[in-house]
Amino acid sequence: MSKFIALLFACLCCFTFYAQEYFPKNDGVKAKNTNYTALTNAKIYVTHNQVVDNGTLLIKDGKIVASGKSVTIPKNSVVVDLKGKTIYPSFIDLYADFGVGKPSRAEGTENKSQYAPNRTGYYWNDHVMPENNAIDRFTYDAKKASEFLKAGFGVLNTHIQDGIVRGTGVLVALNNNGNNANRILSDQSAQYLSFKKSTTSKQAYPSSIMGSMALLRQLYIDADWYANGHIETTDLSLEAFNKNKNLPQIFVTSSRMDALRADKVGDESGVQYVLVGGGDEYERIEDVKSANTTFILPLKFPDAYDVENPFFATQLSLSDMRQWNQRPANAKILAANNVPFTFTTNGLKSPKEFMGNLSKAIAYGLSKESALEALTTIPARVLGNSQTLGHLNKGAWANFIVTSGDIFNAKTTVFEHWIQGEALAFADKDQLDIRGDYTFTLAGEDFSMNIKGEPTKLQAEVTTAGLKRGSKLSYSNNWVMLAITEKDTTKPAFVRIAASVEASKNLKGEATLSNGQSVPFYAVYTIADEKDTGKKDTPDDEKTILPITFPNTAYGFKSLPKQETILFKHATVWTNETDGVLEATDVLIKDGKIAKIGKNLSAGRATVIDAAGKHLTAGIVDEHSHIAASSINEGGQNSSAEVSITDVLDPSDIDIYRNLAGGVTSIQILHGSANPIGGRSAIIKLKWGETANNLVYSNTPKFIKFALGENVKQSNWGNRDRFPQTRMGVEQVYMDYFTRAKAYDAHKKSGKPYRKDIELEVLAEILNKERFISCHSYVQSEINMLMKVAERFNFNINTFTHILEGYKVADKMVEHGVGGSTFSDWWAYKFEVNDAIPYNASIMHNQGVTVAINSDDAEMSRRLNQEAAKAVKYGGVSEEDAWKFITLNPAKLLHIDHRVGSIKVGKDADVVLWSDHPLSVYAKAEKTLIEGAVYFDLETDREARAAIKKEKNQLINMMLQAKEKGLKTQAVKKKEEPHFHCDTMDHQF
Amino acid sequence: MKHLKQNIAIVYLLCASLVMAQQTPAPKQTKPIAIMGATAHIGNGEIIENSVLIFKAGKLTTVAEASVVKIDISNMEVINAAGKHVYPGFIIPNSTLGLVEIDAVRASDDDAEIGHLNPHIRSLIAYNAESKIIETIRPNGVLLGQITPRGGRISGTSSIVQFDAWNWEDAAIKVDDGVHVNWPNSFARGRWWKGEAPGLKPNENYTKQVQEVTHFIKQSQAYLNGDKPIKHLPFEAVRGLFDGSKKLYVHVNDAKAITDAVNFKNEYGIKNMVVVGGEQALQVASLLKHNNVPVLIRRVHSLPKHTDDAYDQPFKLAKVLTDAGLLVALENSGDMERMHARNLPFLAGTTVAYGLSKEQALQLITLNAAKILGIDQTYGSLEVGKSATLFISEGDALDMRTNMLERAFVDGRDISLESHQTNLWKRYSNKYKNQ
Repeated sequence: MSKFIALLFACLCCFTFYAQEYFPKNDGVKAKNTNYTALTNAKIYVTHNQVVDNGTLLIKDGKIVASGKSVTIPKNSVVVDLKGKTIYPSFIDLYADFGVGKPSRAEGTENKSQYAPNRTGYYWNDHVMPENNAIDRFTYDAKKASEFLKAGFGVLNTHIQDGIVRGTGVLVALNNNGNNANRILSDQSAQYLSFKKSTTSKQAYPSSIMGSMALLRQLYIDADWYANGHIETTDLSLEAFNKNKNLPQIFVTSSRMDALRADKVGDESGVQYVLVGGGDEYERIEDVKSANTTFILPLKFPDAYDVENPFFATQLSLSDMRQWNQRPANAKILAANNVPFTFTTNGLKSPKEFMGNLSKAIAYGLSKESALEALTTIPARVLGNSQTLGHLNKGAWANFIVTSGDIFNAKTTVFEHWIQGEALAFADKDQLDIRGDYTFTLAGEDFSMNIKGEPTKLQAEVTTAGLKRGSKLSYSNNWVMLAITEKDTTKPAFVRIAASVEASKNLKGEATLSNGQSVPFYAVYTIADEKDTGKKDTPDDEKTILPITFPNTAYGFKSLPKQETILFKHATVWTNETDGVLEATDVLIKDGKIAKIGKNLSAGRATVIDAAGKHLTAGIVDEHSHIAASSINEGGQNSSAEVSITDVLDPSDIDIYRNLAGGVTSIQILHGSANPIGGRSAIIKLKWGETANNLVYSNTPKFIKFALGENVKQSNWGNRDRFPQTRMGVEQVYMDYFTRAKAYDAHKKSGKPYRKDIELEVLAEILNKERFISCHSYVQSEINMLMKVAERFNFNINTFTHILEGYKVADKMVEHGVGGSTFSDWWAYKFEVNDAIPYNASIMHNQGVTVAINSDDAEMSRRLNQEAAKAVKYGGVSEEDAWKFITLNPAKLLHIDHRVGSIKVGKDADVVLWSDHPLSVYAKAEKTLIEGAVYFDLETDREARAAIKKEKNQLINMMLQAKEKGLKTQAVKKKEEPHFHCDTMDHQF
Repeated sequence: MKHLKQNIAIVYLLCASLVMAQQTPAPKQTKPIAIMGATAHIGNGEIIENSVLIFKAGKLTTVAEASVVKIDISNMEVINAAGKHVYPGFIIPNSTLGLVEIDAVRASDDDAEIGHLNPHIRSLIAYNAESKIIETIRPNGVLLGQITPRGGRISGTSSIVQFDAWNWEDAAIKVDDGVHVNWPNSFARGRWWKGEAPGLKPNENYTKQVQEVTHFIKQSQAYLNGDKPIKHLPFEAVRGLFDGSKKLYVHVNDAKAITDAVNFKNEYGIKNMVVVGGEQALQVASLLKHNNVPVLIRRVHSLPKHTDDAYDQPFKLAKVLTDAGLLVALENSGDMERMHARNLPFLAGTTVAYGLSKEQALQLITLNAAKILGIDQTYGSLEVGKSATLFISEGDALDMRTNMLERAFVDGRDISLESHQTNLWKRYSNKYKNQ
């Protein structure tokens, strides 16, 4: 270490031409150095794909004057001979917090929620801070800079890593010799954004990713509105945001899913973000490709898990294990698909880890050329600085690395890093490499010595007469100091040697024996050490990358299911139509539709499935689900109509597969019940393996979640400080919002200019009968209230969900024309469900309400057939009607009954083959089809189980092997799936 | 079928006017009752198709095939149950019925005491025999339960009750039957608010936490061997574990922890142990079998704990453990466990779709449960000499479509099958009818 610092300081005073010409000088004369520096005979990577052997790099005033083979070296040049050495352009990291640090966390009172912002004169949301400029907090940190420089990074784009809109970054050259006047290349280099709230404010909104997305969308609209002079008050945030508009926009996320969500917001707002990804882009490369942008990739790979304890190893999930195996191949896969990317050191404990991880990516197939491009040309292009950064052509900053050879090889020594023409040395490039074997004679004894290790940390192994002697060696400035123990190691007796290195690498000097006598010393260099240079090579064994599945978890598909032509023979068919239940009937599935229903249908080319003794039904439709989403509640405000679950779908949720195994094919993912006006729903088909976009119904009906009662009043949690706290207040929330939405809509329709308000747009859709409400509800008073509010605004509530006291107002519901989607038998969990009864469905049904049974629960949703059967038990609903409670009726309530919900020619072939009467507790779904493709099949499931076991075993062996090789391991982690209910908030958001 | 249901509805309606908010416990059996012609599901795996069951003063005196016995049925109430089914009353172990009324109302919540090592905390005295939830459980055939405290490392002591009683004293059929231990988890959650990774990682404090339990047991053994100059309530409360009068219920799921718990039982001479949960019990089935440790398996209607698990893992656990030769019964703890208790028969029914026979599935909630709880001398099956705690159902009681109780008896007492919920059903059905 001390040597390192010595070198560092040695270079500090090499050149000092950095004197600003208009600055006064009182410590000497003003002198201007107009010399050139010529680096000659080097292998020069002018760009990632332009290499010059034995080239010259001519620099002056911190910039490249010329580079190439035939460079004329002016007479006033200091020539540095770099024979045998290689020069690379410096690396650039676009995502750093260098010199800026983390802002301090806001102190909040524990028992109070904050809805208003801390600031005035700025945007209404504290987490939007485009006015922040990293330059205002920037302090150059030479020590940290040296770490980056050693890892190859010469230029960093640094910013305040805090908040949703984070303001501008600083582009800084890591010139330890200069000052900010030289180093700062741009103080407005890019604008940074993220979904994460600021730690400096406790303002509650947004409390979810979908809230952040909505906030950003509205921000773009508001900024435009402000720019056009429609807002009379001052908003410093909007002003800054508009000013930053033309900078590169870098969006920070930590996963592919979030990166793609950001891209979606950007596309809608006319902005193309550069995306900081998660390193998991390879899992859905097609989606990533279609984002059509540059990715900034973290280069952090999971360590192997410590799987020696078989009890713990069983708790590991296949997806976590695969990540260990597959993630190092991420960059290679992106390169193969022509997705431009760059790397960041962010997320690493120290930049020191970077090179090792990059070597790993290269070992997994990333070409060195792509790696260099990713670190130089691409980030320079992102910044719009291709003229001066990322290459070593004329005009570029003289930012480069001098190495002993291939920079991506672990054996290579990085000698120097030059920034703006100033060198920082890490190892003495002119020092002879003395690693190898020597022989010498001392006091009549013949010795042999092997010198090995890293150039800056050499070790000697000294032997005489077959015996090893203890030794200590240091080497600098061409002098070797060596101490050797005497034969008798019990006595503190040493031979001390000081010798200089001759050009032949022989060592010549003097030895002081343990008795104090000095004798001449001469060691002869016999052979260079080729094998051991201190660092171990990364083992060159073949990298087995396990296949990626869709989704990339257990039970994922190797290839997506395709539509098939299938003939079910002799089934008991529950049509849900006037035909009722047909015995021994055939159903032909073709082109994703139900093609024919009848007796003795001819098979043609169809795959025939003998369904004798089995039951074929329409797929189950769950009106109220919270699976397959990354967040469920935006609880930061009492209305969140602006958010949409469609923004946060998670197609890799295993509950999709489990639902299929329970015969469910379509679900409505509802927003939670944290507020009276919730968010917009996603209505999806459970096409396991598909991307988020492909799950959503085409021409999807528009729905929104409302909620009443204890949850929106925050009766069982919260700090009693958010309006409303009573059912009386809940009514007024609706009156307020609908009154405003009505005025908004009228104003909009008048043709006058208007500030688009996403929230009010959504509410206006309700007033215009384009969007439907599914309202979480319990007691009769509030149910009645909402119907009356709707009637006052001349629209209808579409569905009451939960609706546990629906039986008390079933007549009023029929009159209003609202459906009821309820639980079969839930009660006693809250005060408001005291009067919930399992006869609710049957009473509502008997009165003529369209009744559905829903789950609101990832476990129960896979047994909805059993829940429907309870309507037979409690209240004596007929079996056919009970079956409609989970198929046709919810399809009607969701306005998708023209496509699903019954077995009718022309409808989507979303069907389930049951082993038994579908309402029986003994029934099991054997096959579940969506649009004619088999998404669940008992037989395939059995094979998948065996395959999972096999693959996990293979991975465990690979991990054990990795551990044996001495690679780092981490403790086993057990995968936890979040299971959302109505009142689940995003934790840790 | 439809007619039958209407008939039941009429019967219910007739009773409606008599019923108050809480159901009144039935008086003692005064007259012998004979149930004729039903399919009797004995609870031990056997079936009698055309049966005759007679019970007097609360005890079964005849259980036989109708065609082979001759009985004088004068002076008896005769119930013609041809085409119907008779079952022993279902038993729900590890339940908090009567300890909490409404989850979200703290004032109604009495299931978990503060403190860590609470064997002296007794569930029985807090058991609310008049809970409105309990009266909704009985109409599905669940007539007995083990009322179990929650929380802490040693939660407390459970008792077994019947579900038709004036008060807890009246309800108790086995007082202080077992001590419940929440065995330390092999995995612990990272405290994300302290900057730790939020996921589940191997529990670093596992050994320390196990030692807390062993230390307590050692201390109590020392105390019990001594003169006890001053009474130590927690130590006194575990005495029964060593003399066999109480069972040790260890709530534990993963294979390693189960193994540790069985070793603990043997090391400290605990006579009877039961595993509650037992998600990974299959991995250590031979150990459990060898040590006669039965398993109360976690709620059948659960999601698999791991993404990689088979979707039906919780559905088929009863089958695989039964096949492994273990004594298995069901429990239902978890979210909304009290109101869910009425679905106990359907938990059993689900195990049939995933491998067990119907009679095996029935055993999971009758005789097996009685054996595990140590009440099989008196309850759990339809056998002569046992309590007449049973019910008649229109059809298969494990299937929700046909689980329709006509009569139910606890110790021969003809109990009400009404509830707050049937009252509301009738009241609002009438409202629309009369409008």
